[in-house]
Amino acid sequence: MNTNLSSPEGSVDAPQSSREEQLLTPQRLEIGQVVAERDFHLTRDSLVRYAGASGDFNPIHYRDDFAQSVGLPGVLAHGMLTMGIAVQPVVDWLPAWFEISDYQVRFTRPVLVDAEGGADVRVSAKVGAVDETGARIDLTVLFADESVLGKAQVRIAARAQ
Amino acid sequence: MAVNPDLAGREFPPVEPYLVGREKIREFARAVQSENPINHDPAAAKAAGYTDVVAPPTFPIVVQERTLAQLLAEPDAGIDFSRVVHGDQRFSYSRPIVAGDELTATLTVTSVKSLGGHSMVTSESVITDSTGAHVVTATSTLVVRGDEQ
Repeated sequence: MNTNLSSPEGSVDAPQSSREEQLLTPQRLEIGQVVAERDFHLTRDSLVRYAGASGDFNPIHYRDDFAQSVGLPGVLAHGMLTMGIAVQPVVDWLPAWFEISDYQVRFTRPVLVDAEGGADVRVSAKVGAVDETGARIDLTVLFADESVLGKAQVRIAARAQ
Repeated sequence: MAVNPDLAGREFPPVEPYLVGREKIREFARAVQSENPINHDPAAAKAAGYTDVVAPPTFPIVVQERTLAQLLAEPDAGIDFSRVVHGDQRFSYSRPIVAGDELTATLTVTSVKSLGGHSMVTSESVITDSTGAHVVTATSTLVVRGDEQ
């Protein structure tokens, strides 16, 4: 058992709390608790940057004419970009003694990225389940007030030493 | 052309090893708008107990994609890429990927199903490091749309 799972002794009254000291053990996580939220703004530039970083150069992610020729309303964000940004609030919140052990999503709706206005995506991460080894964090990912990822779940577990 | 149901169970040869570069991780981390120093700064990553910068959780797609390319190019697969939609994605990690890892990925098709005129092809890419230890398994379901009505 990783002893770091216990809250650091005497840290509660520390004048300047460090990242670790503010963070929670799984036993202290409560189901339904929102652990992180973040708003992302995606532009066409974001999609080109992701295409280069990931190697996914499907033109539906940067050419309106091509997207429309295959029956889409316009350029869409890569599903994997949406999946990638959606987990970032959890990565940034994650206590140092945890790691992500599993991450899954279902792609349920496309994120249309307007050439001028871009797209606003809101991510909320909530505790879905807690057990002795970790927790399941459920993500809600909204674009235009609708959920775009289904069954978006992040499993966090104590880090192997 | 329909997806070949005999694909289920087929294992592909491992793809050429992928050497994970620090700048590649930083580039990917910027693309997914990571603000976490362990994704960008080697000193921060070392302070957190890692040997070098840590890849964001979806980075394994870069390696998995090479195995999916094998599957899509398989002559008897019957997968028309212009009809493929990404349905589900999952990563199951033994540890995070860090810069310096040399990764090998091997894809196995786990199932081929038909649903309402569409085909669902699920595959699992097992990614290991240079010692042969498991790093992450990436599982994708690709939905291949059937002919238009």
